[in-house]
Amino acid sequence: MNVLAAPAKPAGGPGAAEKAGGKTLQRRRGRTGYLLILPGFIFMLLFFVLPVFSLLATSLYTKPPGADIGQFAPALEFGNYAVVLGSYWPELLRSFAFALVATAAALLIGYPMAYLVAVRLRGRKLLQGILLVLIIAPFFTSFILRTQAWKQILADEGPVVPVLRALSLLPADGRLTATAFAVVCGLTYNFLPFMTLPIYANLERLDTRLIEAGSDLYASGFTTFRTVTLPLSMPGVIAGTLLTFIPASGDYVNAALLGNNRDTTMIGQVIDSRFFRVVDYPGAAALSFILMLAILVLVTAYVRRFGTKELI
Amino acid sequence: MVQDQLTTPPGEAAATGSTGGADLSLVSVTKRFTDFTAVDGLDLTIPAGSFFALLGPSGCGKTTTLRMVAGLEQPTSGKITIGGRDITGTSAHERPVNTVFQNYALFPHMSVLDNVAFGLKRRRVRGAEEQAKAALELVELGHLAARRPGQLSGGQQQRVALARAVVNRPAVLLLDEPLGALDMKLRRQMQVELKKIQTEVGLTFVHVTHDQEEAMTMADTVAVMNGGKVEQMGAPRDLYELPRTAFVANFLGKSNLIAGTVAEDRGDAVVVDAGGHRLAVRKDRAAVHQGPVLVGIRPEKLTMLWPADAPAPEANLLHGRVLDTSFTGVSTEYLVQVPGVGTLGVFCQNHGQQPARPGDDVVLAWDTGHAFGLGGDQDSTAGAAGEDGP
Ligand SMILES: Nc1ncnc2c1ncn2[C@@H]1O[C@H](COP(=O)(O)OP(=O)(O)O)[C@@H](O)[C@H]1O
Ligand SMILES: [Mg+2]
Repeated sequence: MNVLAAPAKPAGGPGAAEKAGGKTLQRRRGRTGYLLILPGFIFMLLFFVLPVFSLLATSLYTKPPGADIGQFAPALEFGNYAVVLGSYWPELLRSFAFALVATAAALLIGYPMAYLVAVRLRGRKLLQGILLVLIIAPFFTSFILRTQAWKQILADEGPVVPVLRALSLLPADGRLTATAFAVVCGLTYNFLPFMTLPIYANLERLDTRLIEAGSDLYASGFTTFRTVTLPLSMPGVIAGTLLTFIPASGDYVNAALLGNNRDTTMIGQVIDSRFFRVVDYPGAAALSFILMLAILVLVTAYVRRFGTKELI
Repeated sequence: MVQDQLTTPPGEAAATGSTGGADLSLVSVTKRFTDFTAVDGLDLTIPAGSFFALLGPSGCGKTTTLRMVAGLEQPTSGKITIGGRDITGTSAHERPVNTVFQNYALFPHMSVLDNVAFGLKRRRVRGAEEQAKAALELVELGHLAARRPGQLSGGQQQRVALARAVVNRPAVLLLDEPLGALDMKLRRQMQVELKKIQTEVGLTFVHVTHDQEEAMTMADTVAVMNGGKVEQMGAPRDLYELPRTAFVANFLGKSNLIAGTVAEDRGDAVVVDAGGHRLAVRKDRAAVHQGPVLVGIRPEKLTMLWPADAPAPEANLLHGRVLDTSFTGVSTEYLVQVPGVGTLGVFCQNHGQQPARPGDDVVLAWDTGHAFGLGGDQDSTAGAAGEDGP
C-alpha cells in the first residue's frame, strides 16, 4: 500500500521534518536501509527504468525512406505522438471509461464480500478460509479460459439473456455477446480478486469496537459504516481500486474475446495490433507511453483527492 | 459555569428525556453464551443521579452487564428499563446511554473535537462543535482539540473518551474500567476528577471496576458481583462494616473469618464456639442465628494486648503467638497464630507503643459490635486476594 500511495506524497512531505533530526542514529539506520533496498533497486533499474527509456527512444524512431517493414532509424520524431493520438484517442478514452465502470462494479461487489469475510465472520477461521479460497479460485483456471466462459454465460441461449428479455430489460432481439456490457463484465470478473483482497486485508485489522462505539454514539448501522468503517478502510479501497483500474485500462484480452471490432476496441488491442500485425514499433511505443502517462496522471489526481492524509 | 455551557438546549433535553440522568433497572437479567452463563438472574436498581459502582473480580460478568445496558448485547432473558421505559430489545443507537469503553475506542481518523462532537452530530444537535469544545474544557483538554487520538497520552485519551460520552448528557453513563490502563498516580488523580465531574454534570454513572478501593472511594452505592450474580449491594461503608457473604468480606478489604457453631442464644447476641473459644456476635450483625457460622472480624478492629494487660477471661479474647510482623509506617501488620482457630491478621496503628516480635505471646480482643456473623456453609477464603481476587 505504501508503495502504491507514494506518488501522493510530495517530496518534502510529512517525513521530511523527521529526517532532519537525530542525525547519527538516523544515518546509520539509513545505511542499512539502503543496503536492504539495493537488490530491489537494481531489479527496478534493469527491468523498469531502462525499458521505459528504451520505450521512450523507440517511440521517437522514424521509418527511413525505402526501409523494409520493421526497419526504423533512431530519431526524435515527436510527430509519432500526434499521429497515434489523432487516430486512437477514442480507444484511449474508451479504455479508461471501461476500466472506470469495471472498477466501480468490482468495488460494489468486492467490498461487501471482503466485509462479510473479514468482519462478519471474524473468529470463524474455517469459514473465512473457505470463502477466501473461493475468492481466489478463479485464478486456478487460465485467464483466457475463464474469459471465454463469459461468452457462454452471456450467449443468447445462456442463462442471462432470456431472463433480461422476459423482464423487458433487453429488447426481444437484444444481445449481450460482443457488446461493451460483455467486456465490462469480463473486466470486472477478472480483476475482482485484486479489489477484494486488499480491502479484506484492511478490514481484517478493523477494530470492531469502533463500530460498537459508533452505535453507542447514536449512529445507525449505515451511518457508522459511512463515518467510521469506510473512512478507516480507505487504504484498502485505494489499493484495490488502483490494482483493478490500472491493469483493466491496459487490458486487451477481455475486449478481444468478449467485444466486437466496432465499438468496444480498447487501447491494449490497438497497441497489440500496431506491434504484432502492422509492425509499427514507434506507434505502439508512443501509445504505450501515452497510456502510462495518462494512468500516472489519473492515479496521482485520485490519490491526492482521496489520499492517505486522512488515514492512519 | 462550564456546566451551563454543557446543558443540552431545552428542546433536546425533552426529546431524549435526559435531564440529570434517570433510574436504571435490571430485572432478573440473564446472559448465556453458548455454553457459559456470564450474567445470572441479575436484579439491580440504580437511582437517577447516583454514582454506582459494579465491583467484582475479572470474568464475573461486569462488562457483559454494561454491554446489555448499552444495547451492544441482548439479554437471554430479563428486562432492562431506563426511567421506567422498557428498552430491552432496542438497538444501541436508540438508547439514551453512552459508554466510556475499557480501551476508549476513540475514532483514530478523527480529530479529538470530532470525536467528542460525534454523538451530538448524529442527533443533529445545534451547536455541536461549541458543546464539544465546552466538554473538552471540562476535562481540561481544550487546547488539544485539533489533535488525533493517536497523538495523546493514555490519560488524555481517557479524558477524551469521557468527554465524548458526557457531552451527550445520557440518561445513564457507563464506564467500563475506565482507569484500568492508567498508572497508579494518574489513577488516583482521575478518580477524584471523575467524581467531581459526575457531581458537576449530575448524571447517573455506572462505574465498573475490579479495584475495591476505587469503588469505595468513588461510589455512592457499590454492588459486589461474583459469578454473574450480585453478592451484596449498599453504601461502601455498610458493605465494609457488615458484609453478608464470605466473598464480600474478603474481596472488600481483608477479614479474619473464624469457623464455629452457635452454642448459646443470649437474646440480643449469639455466642459461637470456635475451637473451644467463645465469641459473641450481635444478632443484628449475624446472617444466621444457629448452626455453623463464620465469625468475621476486620484486622484493624482487633486490639493486641500483652497477656499481663488482658482483662478477665470471657468472650472475645483469643490467646496466640505472633508469627510474623511487617511495618508499613502508619501501622504494623501482624500475623498471629491462635491454637484451635488459625492464623489471624491484625493491623495496629503506629502510636509509638512497643511493637511485638515474632514468638511473643499476645492476646487479641475486640468490641462485640465490630464482629459479624456469616452462614457457616461458605468457603472462608472466597474472594480473598491471591485466590480468585483481582
Ligand atoms: N461473546 C462471548 N462469548 C462467550 N463467552 C463470553 C463472551 N463474552 C464474555 N464471555 C464470558 O463471560 C464471562 C464474563 O465476561 P465479562 O463480562 O467480560 O467479565 P468482566 O468484565 O467482569 O471481566 C467471562 O468468563 C467471559 O469469558
Ligand atoms: Mg471487563
